[in-house]
Amino acid sequence: MTGKDPAVGEGTGDGVVEPTWLVEVIVTPKTGVNDPQGEAIRGGLQSLGYAGVRGVRAGKVIRVELAAESAAAARASATEMADRLLANPVIESYHVSAVSPVGVDA
Amino acid sequence: MSDRIGVVSFPGSNGDTDALHALTGAVGVPARMVDHRETDLSGVAAVVVPGGFSYGDHLRCGAIARFAPVMAPLRAFAERGGPVLGICNGFQVLTEAHLLPGALLRNRTLRFHCFWTHVRFDGAPTAWTGQVADGAVLRLPVAHGEGAYYADDATLDRLEATGRVVARYCDAGGDAVGVANPNGSARGIAAIANAAGNVVGIMPHPERASDALIGGDDGLRLLRAALEFVNVPV
Repeated sequence: MTGKDPAVGEGTGDGVVEPTWLVEVIVTPKTGVNDPQGEAIRGGLQSLGYAGVRGVRAGKVIRVELAAESAAAARASATEMADRLLANPVIESYHVSAVSPVGVDA
Repeated sequence: MSDRIGVVSFPGSNGDTDALHALTGAVGVPARMVDHRETDLSGVAAVVVPGGFSYGDHLRCGAIARFAPVMAPLRAFAERGGPVLGICNGFQVLTEAHLLPGALLRNRTLRFHCFWTHVRFDGAPTAWTGQVADGAVLRLPVAHGEGAYYADDATLDRLEATGRVVARYCDAGGDAVGVANPNGSARGIAAIANAAGNVVGIMPHPERASDALIGGDDGLRLLRAALEFVNVPV
């Protein structure tokens, strides 16, 4: 993650324009939850000769562009989104993997 | 006045007309479609959340439907003890909404299952299963890609200990419970109930087994429970 705020308009105070951030949320099946998709991929890799493959877990990456005042605020917002909708905590774990500025020269 | 059964229709629902047809026709109970944007369920005696692919099953089955406007009054209705039956995608919606515990995962075969199954009902009585005798075996069709019931072991133990496992997959004779399990459901579970017994989720489709003409009418033994919910007969 970047700790540096991206450049945005010079606006401050009431007219402040929040910068846009690209946030990546990685969602995977929780440990112990059966993952037939990952099993199928593992079988495919082993068929290709990758004998060293011990396990595969298949999940999804969700990229969200959002306006927030800082990288930390964007991360906090994405974490809340993951808790509420992007992941189902009964079966999935998630990780907010990256926060990067979008449109620095905007 | 609670005078009819409500069948919720989300964008992508496809069991809604089937359920409405089975209720108003074969069962003979007044019912109406409830649009996903409705916010008032007054007059509704019970709710069926039907099967299909609400919101294209995007993100996760039932995940988007959970935030539809109708879900707020539906939640209040369920918490007041109102009878709610979630069928297939409706079951998935109810777990996403936390009105039922657990979740439904991809079938272990990775295939969409569309065939007839047998399920045995031997849980504690619920609002919807009063007419299904203890140990009754019904022949009902399934149509799902994500039907493998999952909950952690503590939750499964609690469901079993309190009779909240409403039905399990079995063979035609009512045996091989768990072995005949087509989709990899934990402990062969096909249907569960909430603690109060007014909310039931089931993966097989009772509304698609409502006429001998379409291969069977065992589903009516569940859906006829709706007759007890309306206080104004047809």
